[in-house]
Amino acid sequence: MAFAQNLVRCTINAAVVKSARSLSKNASNFSLLQRCINLKPITNQHCLRTFSVGTQLHQDVNVTFLRANGQKIQTKGKVGDTLLDVVVNNHIDLDGFGACEGTLTCSTCHLIFKTADFEKLPDKASDEELDMLDLAYELTETSRLGCQITLTKDMDGLVVSVPATINDARSA
Amino acid sequence: MLLSRSLSLSVMTKQLYFNTIKQGLSTGVSGSGAIKRICIVGGGPAGFYAAQYILKHLSDCAVDLIEKLPVPFGLVRYGVAPDHPEVKNVINTFNKTAEHKDFNFYGNIALGKDISLEDLRKRYHAVLLTYGADQDRQLNIPNEDRTNVLSARKFVAWYNGLPGAQHLNPDLSGNTVAILGQGNVAVDAARMLLSSLDALRKTDTTEYALEALSRSKVQQVYLVGRRGPLQAAFTIKELREMLKLPNVQTLWRPDDFTDVPAQLANLPRPRKRLTELMLKSLSEQAGSSSAKNKRFLPIFLRAPKAIGENEVELTVTKLQNDMAVPTDQTEHLQTDLVLRSIGYKSTCVDGGICFDERSGRVHNENGRVLRDAVSKTVDPGIYVAGWLGTGPTGVILTTMNGAFTVAKTICDDILSNKLDTSTAKAGLDTKQLHRVVTWRHWQRIDEAETQAGKVLGKPREKFVDVEEMLKVAGL
Ligand SMILES: Cc1cc2nc3c(=O)[nH]c(=O)nc-3n(C[C@H](O)[C@H](O)[C@H](O)COP(=O)(O)OP(=O)(O)OC[C@H]3O[C@@H](n4cnc5c(N)ncnc54)[C@H](O)[C@@H]3O)c2cc1C
Ligand code: FES
Repeated sequence: MAFAQNLVRCTINAAVVKSARSLSKNASNFSLLQRCINLKPITNQHCLRTFSVGTQLHQDVNVTFLRANGQKIQTKGKVGDTLLDVVVNNHIDLDGFGACEGTLTCSTCHLIFKTADFEKLPDKASDEELDMLDLAYELTETSRLGCQITLTKDMDGLVVSVPATINDARSA
Repeated sequence: MLLSRSLSLSVMTKQLYFNTIKQGLSTGVSGSGAIKRICIVGGGPAGFYAAQYILKHLSDCAVDLIEKLPVPFGLVRYGVAPDHPEVKNVINTFNKTAEHKDFNFYGNIALGKDISLEDLRKRYHAVLLTYGADQDRQLNIPNEDRTNVLSARKFVAWYNGLPGAQHLNPDLSGNTVAILGQGNVAVDAARMLLSSLDALRKTDTTEYALEALSRSKVQQVYLVGRRGPLQAAFTIKELREMLKLPNVQTLWRPDDFTDVPAQLANLPRPRKRLTELMLKSLSEQAGSSSAKNKRFLPIFLRAPKAIGENEVELTVTKLQNDMAVPTDQTEHLQTDLVLRSIGYKSTCVDGGICFDERSGRVHNENGRVLRDAVSKTVDPGIYVAGWLGTGPTGVILTTMNGAFTVAKTICDDILSNKLDTSTAKAGLDTKQLHRVVTWRHWQRIDEAETQAGKVLGKPREKFVDVEEMLKVAGL
């Protein structure tokens, strides 16, 4: 697990690479970082998000996942984590969530935001994210893919709904 | 890079998985009596996702998965396009299921050939059929069996290395290919024909297919659909990918779109975005670069009528309530090769299965297989999921949701005693079967393929001969 967390929490964008170089004492982190610099647009965007280096970026962000049956799962992520990372790192029990492991090819990480939170999200969905979302069940106007949402400290207290799938049918 | 990303995530997925398995074991409702033995027939996504669900939610159970081929994963290995490796990340989850202590993989065993449904009934409390769809639908038009007509299913199987498909030898010496059908499979085939070879060399496309594609003279690919742009069967992701292919110019027929813009406002978002993308591409095509040397040519409102020597005869159709109805006009499309891509079809592999020949799937009600189609009574203990139960549509996500639902039905039937599990069942007797491939055997094949791929600078080079697979497995 420590390994996964190391990999996941690094820098937010390529501009930070320089400071990351001095900050990062971890050689493997750094080589991964380097690899992330020459990327194709979507994957680039994606990978860059997975990095967070520096003290401020380790800040906790409280996130609540709300199942359609009303059950609340309160959990924490770090600034720089994606919502997929939060689900994985906290072992949140959602069958089938994140099937393509964040490569924007599945839409199993579909989450629904409250309108106000949705509008505050720093990045709008890319065409590629919308393309995958269009295949999701129960698509709403405030739907996003969890693997594309990176936590910022402003998101502390975020509540997102998990669409009703078999996850809820089971416990209903 | 994708590699590094998937590596880190696969580590996490593993964690997630182990955790959920653990939770499942501790929270699963425990019944009394014998071990509940469940047999899943077919090792594609439906089979693996159902196994995952059952192992997590049912205590004291043993899940055996039997697979016709020596290798697992069904269409994830033999359907999903080689240039979509991210889609195959689902395999990491399937691998975790396979490592569960109460799970066994038995490859190289075909239902209906090596073992009968009757036998499985005796050996298991429940049998879940997930053997997919491995034939294709026919057009039933004159000259369909000509040598210049191939099924897209076989073409896909050929470049993906399905045993038996390696000798297809498609004739790619002509300039033009017409694909009849507009689903994602049709678009996959078009993309494989139009992509640059350098891009494909980095994928697990079989070497013999790469060699044949390197000699290909194909410059343009038609994609023919009976209905209009508003009914297009391909999804937006596949279209966007096509539009971004270097060296490929996409040209639409403006007439096909006459009525389309007026209807845009009333469409649901997914359909609207897809249509907008087509219209945008159409509006840009006049000025688009003719320096691109290959062309992708979608054609709407045309139904195949007959095949000729170097052409397809098409009936012009018009739409009535979203359905294509023929007019008396026809059109001739010059083409060297025809790929028929109008859908996959399941077959009845065992006389004991209540199979609907007309729709090409197993008769069922919410995954419970029916004893016969007339009385509609359920055949207790027999279930179906995946393409075999739903028909051959839907992406892995759809298949996953369906498989989870049927797996839940099985768990519910057992826990509510609808399905009697009080008497012990024996499970499979592998000693009575010939050259059974276990998970360990498959791992040897997997390692050898990965190793062979490394030499060639690709993720894997698949074995295409069953005998060779068995030898590598040590059987
Ligand atoms: C060309 C193509 C491309 C696709 N691309 C994508 C994509 O990019 N993304 C996506 O999400 N989805 C894609 N799909 C859809 C996806 O592959 C299906 O949703 C999914 O594979 C269906 O799963 P299944 O388990 O029902 O069937 P299958 O995957 O077909 O699995 C059935 C298994 O049963 C085995 N079997 C057959 N007969 C027997 C027998 N008699 N005894 C024992 N075992 C048997 C088969 O060997 C096979 O392993 C694609 C499909 C095709 C055809
Ligand atoms: S995990 Fe597949 S799209 Fe987000």
